[in-house]
Amino acid sequence: MSTATPLGLALADRRLPGGQIGLWLGALVIVLLLPLLFNSPVAVTIMNQMGISIVFALSYNMLLGQGGMLSFGHAVFFGLGGFMAMHVINIIEFEELYIPLPVVPFIGGLFGMGFAIIVGSFSTRRAGTVFAMISLGVGELVAACSIIFVAFFGGEEGISGDRTMGPPVFGYEFLTEIEVYYLTAVVVFVTALLMYLFSRTPAGRMANAVRDNDERAEFVGYSQRMVRFISFVASGFFAGAAGGLFAINYEILTEENLNLVTSGGVLLMAYIGGIGFFIGPIVGAILLTLLQTVLSNHTELWQLYVGILFVLTVMYVPRGLTGLIMMHGIAFKTRRLGLLIVPYLKVGMPLAVALFGFVTLLEAGHVANAGIVGHTEFHWLGTVFDIGNMGIWALGLVCLLAGGYGTWHQSSQVREAWHAANDMTAGEGTS
Amino acid sequence: MVELVIFSLLNGLVTGLLLFMLSSGLTLIFSMMGVLNFAHASFYMLGAYFAYTISQYVGFWPGLIIAPLLVGLVGALIERYGLRYVHRWGHVAELIFTFGLAFLIEEIVQFFWGKATKDYSEPELLHFPLFTLYGQNFPAYKVFMILISVAIFVGLFTVLSRSRVGLIIQAAITHPHTVANLGHNVPLVFMGVFGVGSALAGLAGVIAGPALGTFPGMAFVLGSIVFVVVVVGGLGSLTGAFVASLLIGWLQTFAISLDWSVSDLLLAIGVSFDADHALRDLWTLSLPQIAPILPYILLILILIFRPTGLMGKRET
Repeated sequence: MSTATPLGLALADRRLPGGQIGLWLGALVIVLLLPLLFNSPVAVTIMNQMGISIVFALSYNMLLGQGGMLSFGHAVFFGLGGFMAMHVINIIEFEELYIPLPVVPFIGGLFGMGFAIIVGSFSTRRAGTVFAMISLGVGELVAACSIIFVAFFGGEEGISGDRTMGPPVFGYEFLTEIEVYYLTAVVVFVTALLMYLFSRTPAGRMANAVRDNDERAEFVGYSQRMVRFISFVASGFFAGAAGGLFAINYEILTEENLNLVTSGGVLLMAYIGGIGFFIGPIVGAILLTLLQTVLSNHTELWQLYVGILFVLTVMYVPRGLTGLIMMHGIAFKTRRLGLLIVPYLKVGMPLAVALFGFVTLLEAGHVANAGIVGHTEFHWLGTVFDIGNMGIWALGLVCLLAGGYGTWHQSSQVREAWHAANDMTAGEGTS
Repeated sequence: MVELVIFSLLNGLVTGLLLFMLSSGLTLIFSMMGVLNFAHASFYMLGAYFAYTISQYVGFWPGLIIAPLLVGLVGALIERYGLRYVHRWGHVAELIFTFGLAFLIEEIVQFFWGKATKDYSEPELLHFPLFTLYGQNFPAYKVFMILISVAIFVGLFTVLSRSRVGLIIQAAITHPHTVANLGHNVPLVFMGVFGVGSALAGLAGVIAGPALGTFPGMAFVLGSIVFVVVVVGGLGSLTGAFVASLLIGWLQTFAISLDWSVSDLLLAIGVSFDADHALRDLWTLSLPQIAPILPYILLILILIFRPTGLMGKRET
């Protein structure tokens, strides 16, 4: 862990091994069967949102994780692709253009790609801070333009349309959420597979090389600018496709879809999931969508929790949640995972107590700060807490302190167990 | 017209000097650590909120001193226990860390002070029009803002160019290892500069809060503009930051006050267009409308054609 570069990604064989084909087929089956398990309308809506986020986060990681380009304006391509897709849907409706709906995301993708060619032509010269700043500038520019150019962006109310007016695809007109789910699922699967295959092409591999050492890549004979440009354009395409999916799902696009907040959101997803792994952004997109949809129903403070989670991830788990799981690979292979279970439980229990105390204090504090007369209660773990009762504050504080102490006290045992579990292969390192 | 120019010049000066208080700290921090601190504008917001709370109890004036000191302390602690820790993961991680911090501080501010705009206003003492010109009042508070900013600029310049501390800081910017070998505690210098930079941003927040409003989005509104200033001025250049701050300040105030539009221009050369042409938004485009995007156009042009900025010596 300590010796590896945090963003490192092991070079792998370029051929797609049989095991991976199996993985992709398995993923496809799971994706197609999911609605049978989660069939409530809410669940289907959430899954659609997840699909959109997955494509968007994966396209973002083509820049950050695979190409080393930190972008603060990626939502521009998502939004522009979405706006274009929305216009196409409207043209299909009113001009009777004969384009089936599943093609629409890819039209959005092409538009995103076109804009990425323009932006990439000047922004990919350097990576690092210059790239980050240009992406921020372009992001702000386009977001501000969306208010000015009403004909294309529809001003503050945005543009909307009706996806159901197009030609039926195999008899489906996409009237219901579940039909949209299958459309989304197929597009997500296809784009994710394409992005994975891209990462294994020479262009994708060179993007990794340029990320790790651009000077060396130049000496080998590759133009770092060209390599970045190719990744950037491809990423623009997939971000635009995600925007197209958004247009189909929500049938409305506004300035919100291409501003800095959305750009920041996708950075959060990719980073929390783990930018060093292909599935990292997928994990992040699923987790953050869940937080966004489920947690936000339970607490007004959900963004605070997401912020804390993000900062902690950047500080202590730079390889993201996926990295955290992947760390156990060696222990798993040497069948020493069992050594870790008891220490994990020992540290997990006080940690849970501390978390309970922390959340209780935050929620109580939130209600107290809001200071709305007559509103002194909050729900948490199926119980109603009243902040007028001093015991709540004391309980929260005691749990936080005792749990925190317990966690700290037990953490040395976890460290010992960790070393024991990875000891056999000490020569290979633990990364 | 003269009236318009004079008031735009004055208002632009206020904005520009305010931007300078933020960008001076940011550019110093950048030249030392190589990290553009995304959370810098968040310290500005913290300054305003701290001063608001202090003003509730003891009035405006103590807040002017205490709030920046508190913000400086917060900044120093974040450098010591956050940024220095993240440094091991590389520059990109540091940049992302400050971005996350900006996000988190906004949420924390909302947690403690709520979403609504706070009623943080200037002291009674400065609540009068200083002079009246062509029937327009110029508030004394704005002059106060100018004076504070100028004092900070002069003070910062004197410390950096004349004092021993300034000498060490300047040396640590370019040759941190040599300075360390000479026996100076470079990490402490870094922490100090980060703290002072945050405190300056906090001070800017204290004096801007009453004028521009104290609300959770205030960091977001100013944050990206400060980046533009730092990049346009040249990363690491204090003079560049000063010039660029005034430039952006005036660019924005003049663009807002001059109501020129493309159709005026076209009419002047005898061309007119249909009101419902597909590109109608282009013809009716006016200067106040594009005022918010002018800094970003400038930013992109500078990054493409002069990546070192106006006065900078190095590319990032």
